[in-house]
Amino acid sequence: MGRRAPMAVLLLRQPPDAELHPHTCGTNTRNEGQVMALLSFERKYRVRGGTLIGGDLFDFWVGPFYVGFFGVTTALFTALGVALIVYGAGQGPTWDPWRISIDPPDVSLGLAMAPVRAGGLWQAVTVCALGAFSSWALREVEIARKLGIGLHVPVAFGFAIFAYFTLEVIRPVLMGAWGYAFPYGIFSHLEWVSSTGYRYLNFHYNPAHMIAVSFFFTTTFALSLHGSLILSAANPGKGEEMKTPEHEDTFFRDLIGYSIGTLGIHRLGLFLALTAVLFSAICIVISGPVWTQGWPEWWNWWRNLPIWS
Amino acid sequence: MASYQNLLTQVQVRGPVETGVHLPQGNDPRLGEPFFLRLAGILGNAQIGPIYLGGLGLLSLLCGFIAFEIIGLNMWASVNWNPAQFIRQLPWLSLQPPGPEYGLQILPPLQAGGWWLIAGFFLTASLILWWVRTYVRAKALGLGTHVAWAFGAAIWLYLVLGFIRPVLMGSWSEAVPFGIFPHLDWVGTFSLRYGNLFYNPFHCLSIAFLYGSTLLFAMHGATILAVSRYGGERELEQITDRGTASERAALFWRWTMGFNATMESIHRWAWWFAVLTPLTGGIGILITGTLVDDWHAWAVAHHYAYSL
Repeated sequence: MGRRAPMAVLLLRQPPDAELHPHTCGTNTRNEGQVMALLSFERKYRVRGGTLIGGDLFDFWVGPFYVGFFGVTTALFTALGVALIVYGAGQGPTWDPWRISIDPPDVSLGLAMAPVRAGGLWQAVTVCALGAFSSWALREVEIARKLGIGLHVPVAFGFAIFAYFTLEVIRPVLMGAWGYAFPYGIFSHLEWVSSTGYRYLNFHYNPAHMIAVSFFFTTTFALSLHGSLILSAANPGKGEEMKTPEHEDTFFRDLIGYSIGTLGIHRLGLFLALTAVLFSAICIVISGPVWTQGWPEWWNWWRNLPIWS
Repeated sequence: MASYQNLLTQVQVRGPVETGVHLPQGNDPRLGEPFFLRLAGILGNAQIGPIYLGGLGLLSLLCGFIAFEIIGLNMWASVNWNPAQFIRQLPWLSLQPPGPEYGLQILPPLQAGGWWLIAGFFLTASLILWWVRTYVRAKALGLGTHVAWAFGAAIWLYLVLGFIRPVLMGSWSEAVPFGIFPHLDWVGTFSLRYGNLFYNPFHCLSIAFLYGSTLLFAMHGATILAVSRYGGERELEQITDRGTASERAALFWRWTMGFNATMESIHRWAWWFAVLTPLTGGIGILITGTLVDDWHAWAVAHHYAYSL
């Protein structure tokens, strides 16, 4: 760092300038607070347009945050969801943040609307969460359109939302009760993971779980290599000049005979990460709706193939 | 919306092969005639090779091969050298560490864990030789040694599981067996035996960094692809001479979540998240059975679990 002026040079540090006056050039520098939040290069990017809904109505920034129609809906869903969780914590036995838990309805209530204190709260929080997540993704779409960049980030986030939706809605619906969903609490959700895993004896034998875990490890491995490579080229030892992509390629070819390249590594990283998420969703949705026994038994098909005799 | 999102390379350009930057004096020559693989070119670079093998690389591969052979032949022997049964039962086959009766004995009988120790020795030698190779190769090109230290974090977890913790516990039998399902059984049994590893705070941290790394690579990969139409994948150039790709990438996250990394600092986030995954995981394994015998009881004592 520090090889050039830092990015966060605030406009206020620069001499007063007529162009900084509000309401010019279609920018939204309406007050001092917003000017404070601008990076040195930011103002020319703060243009109108790109919204999916609402036209110019919410097309403005608050501090560094873009608002937009979906920023408003994100805020509403989040505020309501958090308030419900706090209310639920107040009804529960503890204010200890590690142990607060908003539990889904009992399995005996099936897929019905539950009374507020018997899982109804969990149902409302789930609606709020899905509303907030979806709003956030659509807000990312608006920001990407405004900046003239690709939609990769909201699409990738969509995979995470889908995994959440699978855990909390698709699987419970397929199994016929909201009670199969996980509770909202730090250690209570871990206890759910644990007991759900043992319900199928040993979840490590779930083939989709195997693939998901392998992709999580591979993604982390690839991330460490990519981060390391960029840092090692940008921060060579004392007295060395900063290196180039030529050096990146050469290092990996020397090491393993192949360098995927500057563009390829980002495609690979995105693919690995999204595949990890996808197989996480698959591994849980097949546990119960598709396979109800222990996962170790699932592998008997391999042992019983007719080709072994 | 329907615009090109740069997920794959549609037209592959073929220039002369890249032979790589110059090696310092005293280095071996690079091996192999580079060639282009069309399939590889769809996702990344099409060029395969050359490779710098060197004495370290050769020795590392040799040690890795010996370990692989010892493990495989022991598994094959365990099904009376029947090739069909070897393939049929392969996922269940294992090479187990010595039983608890042998403690930390240097070489128990071969059939009673001795082979496990020899295989472990060669695998460890292979990994350490490869580690030296990552260090030396980086130095030879005048690069920083970040890859070596990140790899070192993974070796730390490996050594904790197979060497450091067994030594502290006084028995090789504490170590992980070689084998596909057997090592998964070990993980499951380990958690049950010590009162559910989910209550181990370092296990929590390790998982958070594992998921965090995946989240970061999804965010970073997606961001760079999204600004690749502005040349955003040329990260080193963007670090020293910030262009519109960096600016748009930064503003995307600033407008989304109020905070952004820079083209260089995102790689520091990446490095630390990835490195802390095995680092904290190793700590969690190391203190299990040595300092803490029952994580659920420990969690009850520290007020984050209810007693059963």
